[in-house]
Amino acid sequence: MSATALPLAIRDLSKSFDGRKALDGVTLDLSPGETLGLLGPNGAGKTTLVRSVAGRVVPDGGSLSILGLSPEDDSARAVRGWVPQEIALYPLLSARENLWTFGRYQGLAGGALDAGIRKSLDWIGLSDRAEDKTDRLSGGMKRRLNIAAGTIHEPRVLLLDEPTVGVDPQSRERIYAMIGELKAGGVSILYTTHYMEEAERLCDRIAIIDNGRIIASGTTEELIRKSVGAKQALTIDTTAPIPSEIRERLSRAGATLLGDGEGDRLQASVEDPATQIRQLLELLHAGHVGVRDLTLKSPTLEQVFLQLTGRELRE
Amino acid sequence: MILAVAWNRLMNLRRDRAAFVLAFVLPVAFFSIFAGIFAGSGRATTRRVNLVVVDEDQSAGSRRFVAGLRAEAGLAVSLKPGDKDAEEHPAGPAYTAATAEQAVRKGDVPVALVIPKGFGARPLSFGPGNERVALRLLSDSSDPIAPQVVFGLIQKVAMTSMPASLARTGMEEVDRWSGGLTPEQKANMEKVLGAIDRESAPGSVTRTPAAASGGQAGIVAVDVRDIVGEKKRNPTVTFYAAGLGVMFLLFSATGAGGALIEEAESGTLDRILATRVSMTRLLLGKLLYLAGVGIVQLFLMFGWGALLFGIELFTPQHFPGFLIMTVATAIAASTFGLLLASVCRSRMQLVAVANLSILVMSALGGSLYPRFLMPEGMQKFGLITINAWALDGFQKIFWRDEPLWHLWPQVLVLTGLGALFFLIARRVARRWELA
Repeated sequence: MSATALPLAIRDLSKSFDGRKALDGVTLDLSPGETLGLLGPNGAGKTTLVRSVAGRVVPDGGSLSILGLSPEDDSARAVRGWVPQEIALYPLLSARENLWTFGRYQGLAGGALDAGIRKSLDWIGLSDRAEDKTDRLSGGMKRRLNIAAGTIHEPRVLLLDEPTVGVDPQSRERIYAMIGELKAGGVSILYTTHYMEEAERLCDRIAIIDNGRIIASGTTEELIRKSVGAKQALTIDTTAPIPSEIRERLSRAGATLLGDGEGDRLQASVEDPATQIRQLLELLHAGHVGVRDLTLKSPTLEQVFLQLTGRELRE
Repeated sequence: MILAVAWNRLMNLRRDRAAFVLAFVLPVAFFSIFAGIFAGSGRATTRRVNLVVVDEDQSAGSRRFVAGLRAEAGLAVSLKPGDKDAEEHPAGPAYTAATAEQAVRKGDVPVALVIPKGFGARPLSFGPGNERVALRLLSDSSDPIAPQVVFGLIQKVAMTSMPASLARTGMEEVDRWSGGLTPEQKANMEKVLGAIDRESAPGSVTRTPAAASGGQAGIVAVDVRDIVGEKKRNPTVTFYAAGLGVMFLLFSATGAGGALIEEAESGTLDRILATRVSMTRLLLGKLLYLAGVGIVQLFLMFGWGALLFGIELFTPQHFPGFLIMTVATAIAASTFGLLLASVCRSRMQLVAVANLSILVMSALGGSLYPRFLMPEGMQKFGLITINAWALDGFQKIFWRDEPLWHLWPQVLVLTGLGALFFLIARRVARRWELA
């Protein structure tokens, strides 16, 4: 294991199933301590990429290394943690027994295993339910236990595959807090999700994958700037129809006007919100038209995704 | 509406191959096996009883009697090892009383008949108190039918192959109770009896079908001795403990082996294989568990049998052999379970394949009906099953009190099958390893 090697270095990775390309030259790096979000519509190649890193798929071409090691190497297995999307636990075993099992499977034994189980149960807030059978735990508890089973051996590189699927908002917050602790502990994380807000909130960088290729990567701001630009969307609803002479002046100021019967709606893309909003409000004031509602929206990752893939994330 | 419900079920059945096999293939397969066992593969013939005959008398009467036995369609008589029929006469020494007893003890034949000296002179009697020489029948009571068949045929053969003796004895009885025949009457009788003797000499005996056997029981005195089971407290229980024990061992091994399929379906197997556990280690771990459970199961079965039904388990003579056979059987059954689990694509498929294969193996291998009572062809065919080898081993220990080293063929075959099944299971399990 090289001291300088990246937690994850993927170069030109390709994989086909029955002639269909699942990965088509993926190149991606994960820096030490970084959380990289992997976004993509269904069938884009996310799962194949994650399973390749987990050592469960043998690529057809390209290279992949975990801290300089091959994914199938025993040392790579020791430093890698994988939390699959499914609740891959033994339902008839207790939380403690499941942790014992996966701890042993990762080579922990004796005091280290006991300490790992204790620490994991504390971390996921299940110390008081440690002896309960897993199938009697709530969905959120199972999800947390699923994460703990993949992290009990304190991996340096962690693959989190949709870890919050199907959980309620409260449990989701708890899982976010757990991931925050992993990040604070310096774990490098490859995180796949369907939730934009989750990606924006937890990930330092985001890679968008589509048709087996990484089509964009960077921070949220970088992705927005590169795709939809930095302009914010302004919408103003008025209390009454806008007089025609004011309409012309508003149009010249860059606004688009839409009528809705009772009042009018005015939309504009703004680069300098403070100046441009003041200018538009002054024009409305001059025409004696009141303001019913005003919203200013920054561009979102959702828009970036739509722009880049032509599809909604959940398609 | 009702028809639609029925049609819907029918369409489901067509797609569910496991249910289809259970509903239609298994009963027919099972029926065929039992039909084969009981009806000799469709021919309504009774199985022939293998009988070793030792003629210590070597008189004209005893030779006629032996020839009569050899002519019986219901018997396969051997006078020498490897000599099963009247047509075959291999070289080598004839059986003696001792070697015949050994052959019964080893299970080579279920019955041996010793014709003692003096039998030819006084073979029969009609009433009590008469001096007659008793034949000795050495039997293995694990086959309860064979000695009875042989007993009946002895009586019949005595009547048909020794008519002169029968008549002479009758004449003596008349002479004794009627106040005496005149010398002239006696001379006439001897003349007729001589003619009968010549007519019924060896070679002129005609083969009679077994179905025609019958006759008066008890004309020839026969001492029947159960030389294998005579000291056993409860001999048949060991057979059923082993037979059912092995069958349920196979069922539990395949059931538990199905955990592999459940792990694959739930994604747990994927997760395990991403840890430091390789597929080989995983299968070895499962084998260890399955074999352990199997050993406990057989211990329970025989322990319970020892406690309640008098199986002689905890004796220095039986326990080591039991231990060896239990481990070998558990290994073979566990790897069979792993093999089925790795081959089957779903739990349902596993249930169908396991039920079919285990019930067929149990029927052929003697778990449900003793193999030694089956026709010879079926007995040999049964050796393709785990059950047959396991039961043969347990029978050697508990029934025949054979020494440990006699178990080598069974141990070798069972562990060999274990190794083979494991290797195939490992090979097939590659489908789960990597995509």
